[in-house]
Amino acid sequence: MTGPDLPAWAAWIVVVLALTGAGFALTGALGLIRLKTFYERVHAPTLGATLGAALILAGSMLLLSLVEGHLVLRDTLIGLFITVTTPVTMLLLARAAAHRDRTEQNPKAPPEP
Amino acid sequence: MSRILPYPLLSAALVLTWLLLNAPPTPGSVLLALLVGLVVPAVMLALRPRPVRVRRPGTIARLTATVLYDMLRSNIDVAKIILGLRRGERRTGFISIPLDMRAPFGLSVLSIILTATPGTLWVQYDSHTGRLLMHVLDYTDGEEWVRRVKDRYERPLMEIFP
Repeated sequence: MTGPDLPAWAAWIVVVLALTGAGFALTGALGLIRLKTFYERVHAPTLGATLGAALILAGSMLLLSLVEGHLVLRDTLIGLFITVTTPVTMLLLARAAAHRDRTEQNPKAPPEP
Repeated sequence: MSRILPYPLLSAALVLTWLLLNAPPTPGSVLLALLVGLVVPAVMLALRPRPVRVRRPGTIARLTATVLYDMLRSNIDVAKIILGLRRGERRTGFISIPLDMRAPFGLSVLSIILTATPGTLWVQYDSHTGRLLMHVLDYTDGEEWVRRVKDRYERPLMEIFP
């Protein structure tokens, strides 16, 4: 992969996509610090797993497609598997937190469904 | 659901995945992809997974578009909340939603949609009462959320997974 093969306009699009995606992921990480309760915090990292990942993958696909000279769609698989697997962790964490809060009889424990 | 292709959807997904990983396709990789699509589902047969039936490709496309749009919008909303750009006070809370859907695949897709969307979190589903407990980051109006989940996601999913 050599630099000059890539036209400047394409490089700019790739840079903007990657940086915006990284910005969303960073915002998600900030949310982990800024939000107060566990249930609020779980929402924050999803930013990096959805729009953040999508923008970075779009940039990566555009770059690889231009450099390799044909349409590269491999990265969609990364997006697909992130989308399908992340909720599993989130669900387990939420269930564990709800169980702990209820057994400890925390005043902020979630109600029964 | 013939003997050669017990899970046509799984076979198609495997062939597509293999081809995407080995792009651009050559005659050799296409042959290997077809082989994987034939052999792996045959091995899966030993595990006896429940066959998936999907209907209405048009509804699937519309639901996908709805989910992508909602995901984009809620990403921006949640980013605003985190960065403190949102005016006014914000309340968070739990919402209990009575679901009519009982199909397990439909429920799993709904849980993926709700959890992958920032701002909503699937906490617990009670299969006896059919009620779902959800946590929302921006609890503006409980009824509004119930309607949103039921109209935007549950109804199309019930059409797709009968």
